[in-house]
Amino acid sequence: MLLQIHEPGETPEPHAREHSLAVGIDLGTTNSVVAVIHSHEDRAEVLRDQCGDGLIPSVVAYVGDKPVVGRAALAMQIEQHGRVVSSVKRLMGRGIGDVKTLGGSLPYELAEDSAGGMVRLKIGDRAVSPVEVSADILRALKARAESKLDQPVDRAVITVPAYFDDAARNATKDAAALAGLEVLRLVNEPTAAALAYGLDTAAEGLYAIYDLGGGTFDISLLRLEKGVFRVLATGGDAALGGDDFDHALAEWVIADQKLDKLTPIGARALLIAARHAKEALTAQDRVWLDCDADGHVLHVNVTRDTFDQLVDGLIARTLRACRQVLIDARVEAADVKGVVLVGGSTRVPAVRRRVSKFFGREPLADIDPDEVVAIGAAQQAKALTQGSDTLLLDVTPLSLGIETMGGIVEKVIERNTPIPVTKGQEFTTYQDGQSGMLIHVLQGERETVDACRSLARFELKGIPAMVAGAARILVKFAVDADGLVTVSAEERLTGAKAEIEIKPSYGLTEDEMAGMLRDSLTHAREDMERRLLIEARVEAERVLLALSAALKADGNLLDASEKAAINGAIAQVRQAMSSEDRDRINATVEILEQATHGFAQKRMDRAIAEALTGHSLDEVEKSMATDEPGDRAAADATSAAGRKAKN
Amino acid sequence: MIGGEHKAIPRAALAECWSCKGPVSVQAMFCHTCGAAQPPRQIDHFTRLGFEPSFDLDIDLLEKRYLGFQRSVHPDRFANKSARDRTMAEQQSVSLNEAFETLNDPLRRASYLLQLKGQTASVAKDQTVDDPALLMEAMEAREALAEAESAEAVEKLAVKAGADAIKLLSEISKAFAADDLAAANRLTTRLKYLRKFLEETRSRRVALESF
Repeated sequence: MLLQIHEPGETPEPHAREHSLAVGIDLGTTNSVVAVIHSHEDRAEVLRDQCGDGLIPSVVAYVGDKPVVGRAALAMQIEQHGRVVSSVKRLMGRGIGDVKTLGGSLPYELAEDSAGGMVRLKIGDRAVSPVEVSADILRALKARAESKLDQPVDRAVITVPAYFDDAARNATKDAAALAGLEVLRLVNEPTAAALAYGLDTAAEGLYAIYDLGGGTFDISLLRLEKGVFRVLATGGDAALGGDDFDHALAEWVIADQKLDKLTPIGARALLIAARHAKEALTAQDRVWLDCDADGHVLHVNVTRDTFDQLVDGLIARTLRACRQVLIDARVEAADVKGVVLVGGSTRVPAVRRRVSKFFGREPLADIDPDEVVAIGAAQQAKALTQGSDTLLLDVTPLSLGIETMGGIVEKVIERNTPIPVTKGQEFTTYQDGQSGMLIHVLQGERETVDACRSLARFELKGIPAMVAGAARILVKFAVDADGLVTVSAEERLTGAKAEIEIKPSYGLTEDEMAGMLRDSLTHAREDMERRLLIEARVEAERVLLALSAALKADGNLLDASEKAAINGAIAQVRQAMSSEDRDRINATVEILEQATHGFAQKRMDRAIAEALTGHSLDEVEKSMATDEPGDRAAADATSAAGRKAKN
Repeated sequence: MIGGEHKAIPRAALAECWSCKGPVSVQAMFCHTCGAAQPPRQIDHFTRLGFEPSFDLDIDLLEKRYLGFQRSVHPDRFANKSARDRTMAEQQSVSLNEAFETLNDPLRRASYLLQLKGQTASVAKDQTVDDPALLMEAMEAREALAEAESAEAVEKLAVKAGADAIKLLSEISKAFAADDLAAANRLTTRLKYLRKFLEETRSRRVALESF
């Protein structure tokens, strides 16, 4: 996990913006898709290969010097067993402990990693992290986009399952950084699907997005209204998907054919055959499953009824999650105006049948369920880079809390709270003179620490010596629009600046990340210098614009000599801005701020005097109305609020 | 809101714009002079969404204002702006979410209004001591729920509790209108129990339901 702790206003900023296109990426368990909206167009285009195929299998083969991604890797799955990685998304942000509970269903060997407790895959003689594998998939998507668009692509909106926790979200962001992609926003997959669907059909009302992919299940309820897409509730299972259907069928075959324990290679072959049989059963009532598993030549008849029974319990789990989100959103199934199906696994007839029975209506699948998420991501990428009339309001899928006495989790932010959100909780010391406090941050719905996911442990140090219970330590939790969690803490009585250490429980450590970035980005340092210079210029420009607006409004408060002094300082800033000298720009801005100090004071004094003599601020605002349409809307909204409050 | 008590803000209270240093209204999300996004100031949730503190709210208008304001400050609108601007807007967005979440739910709205009017402490006291009749009722309701063995039986209890909750809301509204804070406080505590019971009926219903 990269450190998410920072002072307000010190956020590193992605300012160096050329006018390159930003793409939308659906980084899936089984397949990935990249889509884009060209400038001056409304419709998203899925970027396809020469055969017209938009899907890139999320499979990576580590055979030669360079990783092979997609269909070519898929083709090597059996003969290069042990060097081909698939379904890696299920491991994102997971520790060894979690993976063991996935139940030995993984087709590759794991390497223990002592450092962060993070899973690594054993590929020949090297160990590869899921983040690196995902980065290789993202590189392939980036390469496809660049060759199709004939221009560099370095910004993307990437989708994640709504039910992904903080560790998995951070792991996804890390993977993008390794692949040389700046993530404009992480968007939840069902939300992206709703965006694509809603914009395409101008739908309004309450919609359920049922997203059953290869390895994850999400259900989200959204209210679509006049361009606002508001998520009311979201739920799901980060470890349930079409892969589990394959496993259920394969296990049935093992039992039915009385097969002994298969080797990993044999199991792999059987799983692939099971997947083919599952797919064939979408159109046919009975199929033959043919496979050579460790010398057992299998030719098994599978009926759709048999298959339906095998996956019945899995589908029931998805419906239970559907019921829970209806409850969370305080609505009934009958209130839902449409059900949108997303993810390849929704092609299974039993899934469609059970979902339509549950919601009491036929589900919608107008847009290809494999591509709808990437299309929504491309729409959001356009909205973020070129502006948009639509607005996405999402929620946090999992509750966030801290460990209290006795291993109990105290929730600070409840699930389905609209994001961005910030909440604080006060704690105190339990010993006289206690100078530090260990804070354990957890995510999940259960009551106990071991049943929730550990996000971070950090220690607050430097608490001044006080009697037990006297210190007031405010721990602040923030979830940003990407669904990423930030935690900070301070002692409030003394205002003492407390030192914070974050020990990432999962994901890459910062050192690992920095090392990998060094490997992949040779010009990182120059980029950084360049970025700081651009930032300094942007800030100077901001100061000049704000001052010019202020001068236009209140310039009559200044006499000629004061004006001259300010103009002189402005000229200095302008001159500095045309240079490449960051320090000089910052210094001249500083001087300008000092030169305008008296002016600011006069403006405040006048406003206060006017307020005292009975002019309401509304009138002041009206007389000062700006010419910019964007600002006017905001100012109007504020004065409307003011008028209302006065009644 | 993090820290600090909510105090009534005198009308036309002024703050300083961080960007152009000029005067702005404490309610303003943007500076009327230079257009910079402002940090959310410490104003109560009602004022933030343009309402007079009152239990009776036009919920449609509340939602309309919330969405309208969110449209102008949501982080998605500031992806290309400077870090300072983005931070300010994000904080505004956070404050709007908090204000809306509080006011949109009648129970949270009532509790918050009581808190604004200085009634916090007695809510906590009422919960445990002052209303034995309520405790008795709550216990009986829970027993009935534990004994309900079909989804239909649970549904019946939920419908009754739902109707009670609606009745309570109108009583709370009357209490606030008459400025009878003690009554409003007692009724709000009652609503809290009822709400909890309704949640229990829902999870019980899911447990009984077969898929």
